[in-house]
Amino acid sequence: MSFLLFQTCVVVYLLATAAYLVFFLTQKNSLRQTGRAIFLIAFGLHSANLVARAIETGHTPITSHHETISFFAWSLGCCYLSFRWRYAVKNLGAFVSLLVLALMLIAAFSSRSMLPLPPALQSLWLPVHASITLFADGFLALSCIGSIMYLLQEREIKKKRFGLFYSRLPSLETLDKLNHHCLSMGFPLFTLGLITGSLWAKQAWGAYWQWDPKETWSLITWFLYAATVHQRFTVGWRGRRVAILSIVAFLSVLFTLWGVSFLLEGVHTYVS
Amino acid sequence: MSRDAIVLLGVNHKTTPLAVREKLALSAGYDEPLQALGQLEELREYYLLSTCNRVEVLFTCRDVDRAQQRVLDLMFGRAITASELEQYVYRHVNVDAVEHLFLVAASLDSMIVGEAQILGQLKEAYRHATKVGSSGFILNKLLHKSFSVAKRVRTETRIGAHAVSISYAAVELARKIFGELAGKKVLLVGAGEMAELAAEHLVRQGVAEVVVANRTLQRAVNLARCYNGRAVSLEELLDQLQQVDIIISSTGASGLILQKEDVRPVMRDRRNRPLFFIDIAVPRDLDPAINDLDNVFLYDIDDLHNVVEMNKSERDKEAVKAQRIIDEEKLKFGKWLANMESTPTIVQLRAMVEHQVRAEVEKTMGRFDTMDGQQRQGLEKMVAAITGKVVFPALHYLKTDRHCTGLPERIKAIRELYLLDTASSDREES
Repeated sequence: MSFLLFQTCVVVYLLATAAYLVFFLTQKNSLRQTGRAIFLIAFGLHSANLVARAIETGHTPITSHHETISFFAWSLGCCYLSFRWRYAVKNLGAFVSLLVLALMLIAAFSSRSMLPLPPALQSLWLPVHASITLFADGFLALSCIGSIMYLLQEREIKKKRFGLFYSRLPSLETLDKLNHHCLSMGFPLFTLGLITGSLWAKQAWGAYWQWDPKETWSLITWFLYAATVHQRFTVGWRGRRVAILSIVAFLSVLFTLWGVSFLLEGVHTYVS
Repeated sequence: MSRDAIVLLGVNHKTTPLAVREKLALSAGYDEPLQALGQLEELREYYLLSTCNRVEVLFTCRDVDRAQQRVLDLMFGRAITASELEQYVYRHVNVDAVEHLFLVAASLDSMIVGEAQILGQLKEAYRHATKVGSSGFILNKLLHKSFSVAKRVRTETRIGAHAVSISYAAVELARKIFGELAGKKVLLVGAGEMAELAAEHLVRQGVAEVVVANRTLQRAVNLARCYNGRAVSLEELLDQLQQVDIIISSTGASGLILQKEDVRPVMRDRRNRPLFFIDIAVPRDLDPAINDLDNVFLYDIDDLHNVVEMNKSERDKEAVKAQRIIDEEKLKFGKWLANMESTPTIVQLRAMVEHQVRAEVEKTMGRFDTMDGQQRQGLEKMVAAITGKVVFPALHYLKTDRHCTGLPERIKAIRELYLLDTASSDREES
């Protein structure tokens, strides 16, 4: 059941992304409506898939690599939709749907088998810690997308040569604000994720912090974001510099997510 | 003379430098000059338009040369010399005047082609003319027509939708940098024409405040008043940079007035809120290296020109379309005008016949003034009926198209037949 849902939802995400991209190039308004509708359908299917998988496995589906990435994509969708209702950010959908699709494809190619939970993970902390962290990642991903859009737009305005993006991307102010809001949502959530993780570690392994690679990299990421947020709120950095910092910090997030798990050994591995 | 001629006299931004236009502008509103025009007996109908880019008088008259001279003396003669008058004021008569009015209304003659404000100004000017009753049969028709032509051009072409000018491009850029312009502050450094235009554009986008810095404070004060803004001296420039968001510079200075190193500390104090510099002075006022600073954007006149060029081919296409509409409408109006040529003749003929019938009736029945209401009403009706019956064949002759004789010839025949051009003096003698 969950497998079927996952399959259809990837296909529908693909359609949504195609619609958004065609809209991005042609700027025909009817296509945007279509793109948004398809994206909503895909998101609905995705939610159903998560619920179905939770029922089938009997625990929160954020343990294997497939589940984590799929949940990451879902939380990104959540963040995007929560912004969609509050701010109009022109053509953000095209970029977000592209990233969601990429994540879903990665999830689709990793093992989808359902494995029993090891005893260390059988805790109420699992849904709390993992979902908070992944939601934080969702906001941080959105901030990274906003930053990329900012840099693209800023480049065309600075170079005074208007190409593909000038008319299609929103104003710099809007993009900077998007980044601001995402950081001020994502960073506290990320901090909370670290704290809950630490509490869970005390319960499961007996120590709050044990310098496992994932923990170390999370801390590095946290410091990067802390620096960004600090520069932004106290020194008044904005625009280009904050955008670059956000992108670098998000790369660190991605490394924490994948690099650590596959390159470095540690207790924090996915269930496989 | 078969009908009144339509004459348009005026100056605009294309023919006349700002300094001269300033002298001619009607700063005190329309009422006084309209009244003054009313004193000229040569004019039949008249109307006045004054905006920052143009002053135009439109009137109908019998004797074009005399009326033109009187109007020129009254409206422009006091402010500028005869040679300037000759050089700057354009004159259009009849169909040319109609075309010019249509071009103005459709915003093809504007500095910012396709801007919508001119139509509102036209309507406002027309409202003043109707208030003092100076527009009559022909001008009413003509002006209403110009409104509908403007609307047609707007709906059928996309002339209004494009970044068609430098100041428009500047506003568009400001939007891409700041998003909403509401609440942003603009600083004008130096008070050139382009700067004013850009400022006006920005004000229409809802910027919160306009600050004017100029070498001569008086000029700054005057300009600031136009936008309900503030005037500051040029020495305060750096302090002002901390508060404003958009700077439009157009001083006549020979060197740079602002260096990169002047702006860098300002950005720290501004907490990196973006600054947008528009340098439209030649030679340049601002150090091009300012553009290298983070969150600071500098465009000079050439950059803006390039932006405009990108949209140009599209605009030209739309302008051709708009011109076609105007030609079409001009032809239509010309036809209407030609038909109307017979109107004064008809009116005159009617008046003459009615006068004579009335005279005969009064000879027999006594003066109308002394009669009681009902009897008088009956007789009035009779006079009107006889007039109608007597005049009918002549009207029929005028209004029916004949291949061999054109309308002007028919009018001439009627006027000769009924002694319209000589009868009035005869009657007055008798």
